[in-house]
Amino acid sequence: MILTNEQQEILNGSKGEVLAKVMKTMVKYGEAFGAEKLVPVTSDYNHLVTSFGLKMMTPVFDLMQQLIDAGAVSTQKFSVDPRPLDKNVPANFLQNFIFHNFMYSTQESYEKQLAELGLKDDKAFTCTCYMNEVGNTPKKGDVLSWAESSAVVYANSVLGARCNRNSGIIDIMGSVVGYVPYFGLLTDEGRKATWTVEIKTTKKPEAQLLGSAIGMKVMEAVPYIKGLDKWLGTELNDEVRTYLKDFGAATASNGAVGLYHIENLTPEAVELGDSLVCENAQVYVIDDAELERVYKNYPVIWKNANAKPKLCFMGCPHMSLQQLKDWTDKVEKALKEAGNSKVVIPTVFTAAPNVLEEFSKTEYAARLKATGIITSYICPLMYMNNPLCGKMPVITSSNKLRTYTTARYYTDDEILMQITKGGNK
Amino acid sequence: MREFKGRVIAEGTVSADAVVSHGGLNTLASFQKALQFGDKNATCGDQNNPDLYGKQMAGKALCLPMTIGSTTGGLVLYCACAMKRQPACMLFSKPIDSLAAAGSILADVWLDDVSMPVVDSLGDEFLEYVKDGMKITVKENGVVCVE
Repeated sequence: MILTNEQQEILNGSKGEVLAKVMKTMVKYGEAFGAEKLVPVTSDYNHLVTSFGLKMMTPVFDLMQQLIDAGAVSTQKFSVDPRPLDKNVPANFLQNFIFHNFMYSTQESYEKQLAELGLKDDKAFTCTCYMNEVGNTPKKGDVLSWAESSAVVYANSVLGARCNRNSGIIDIMGSVVGYVPYFGLLTDEGRKATWTVEIKTTKKPEAQLLGSAIGMKVMEAVPYIKGLDKWLGTELNDEVRTYLKDFGAATASNGAVGLYHIENLTPEAVELGDSLVCENAQVYVIDDAELERVYKNYPVIWKNANAKPKLCFMGCPHMSLQQLKDWTDKVEKALKEAGNSKVVIPTVFTAAPNVLEEFSKTEYAARLKATGIITSYICPLMYMNNPLCGKMPVITSSNKLRTYTTARYYTDDEILMQITKGGNK
Repeated sequence: MREFKGRVIAEGTVSADAVVSHGGLNTLASFQKALQFGDKNATCGDQNNPDLYGKQMAGKALCLPMTIGSTTGGLVLYCACAMKRQPACMLFSKPIDSLAAAGSILADVWLDDVSMPVVDSLGDEFLEYVKDGMKITVKENGVVCVE
């Protein structure tokens, strides 16, 4: 790798031993991918994946403290993934005891570290930092040092920013030195598709199911998706951006997709069309039967597969403002049809603090509350990561939550049915 | 016995028994329970990985195509190394992915007393040949012996 004089001096220790190690990490990271240079991070804000003061992460907190003690912090502020705790979310005495005294006992001290490292503000805890209400929305072509797989795939695909699927810690280190290695999704070549996906379904595919199917098939590759514009249209409006948020999160968690192109819709596909597809790209055809096959193959790891769900989580990744409004309408209508006034399964809708704040200003907020649904800024994934919750029959329409926890996946329509009427059908 | 040649990502030599994942290793899903609840064997907790689910990863030669999933993957691997619950080595059939690379590089640069040799680009044939329980020896220069 060829470094500039400034980069070489940092590596040599001109700005201290800790910053030299940070630079060494970034150089070695780039060398593993054949990067020939480091390029400046150009986004206004960074985004970190590590939001949780989980005791098992003590080695990470020690490392963060080394950065703070050495003054190796970035001038770039950052948002960070959602908090793992919220008193609004139902939890019994034992769960609360484990959350506060065992699992997340270092949450408070870690949040102090985040503030010292450059947290944007105390509401900047969300995996959907790119939403307008949150204000960390990169521009097309911006070079990022982000982590959080769902945010990275959104920034690359929907916003046209450039970011590799960086790991936690690498995210902050790139921002601290101000440079990231130039490889993979930062390069034009790395943004070309090695898979073509042809959508041949008879109805609009469920975002989370389609993303899962594609993620599991193409893994880390870039897919170019044809035929989805038939169902989504060609305009990146609120509804479509929400669909792509959920779709992308599933591609990234069920596989390792960091960028997708959708013909006639996403910015680079609109600009460059088929020229984004590599020669000899592999082809994956998705029809109704293929989606059904993928759905049926999800393992059910509840002890009792027929257990009555005790909790429903929606919003992994966090819901958009439009999504909260749409679901308010849907839940009200379904409850009325079922002759119920409140949901029959405790249900939590999660969204960014800023989005919840905007939602609370609308007439929808009181209406949603009246249905019995709880809103929260929590990370459902972090809530579920303990043996007590692991044994709970939790349902979700998030394929990311399904992948990392014991939560059971249902389609949006099935979730609506379950929470308003009870039962699967 | 067969030898395979790959590229060294983290240096070191080691011998250990193989555990093999033919699908991508979801690092967070695989390690989180073990790290959170003191499982020194680092038993794989990823329900979606039929090859590894329920098997010990600590001290084993972990043979895999790549890692997948959450971008906490690298720091989870770093924590596994810091807590001495890491595999004896990680052997990738494909070129290494950004999360696994981050984890192994972070451990290499920031931890003094941890060794986890990492070799990538060993080829599809490596993953077809190696089976659970086979003896793996990682030599210098990215040479991996399987017997």
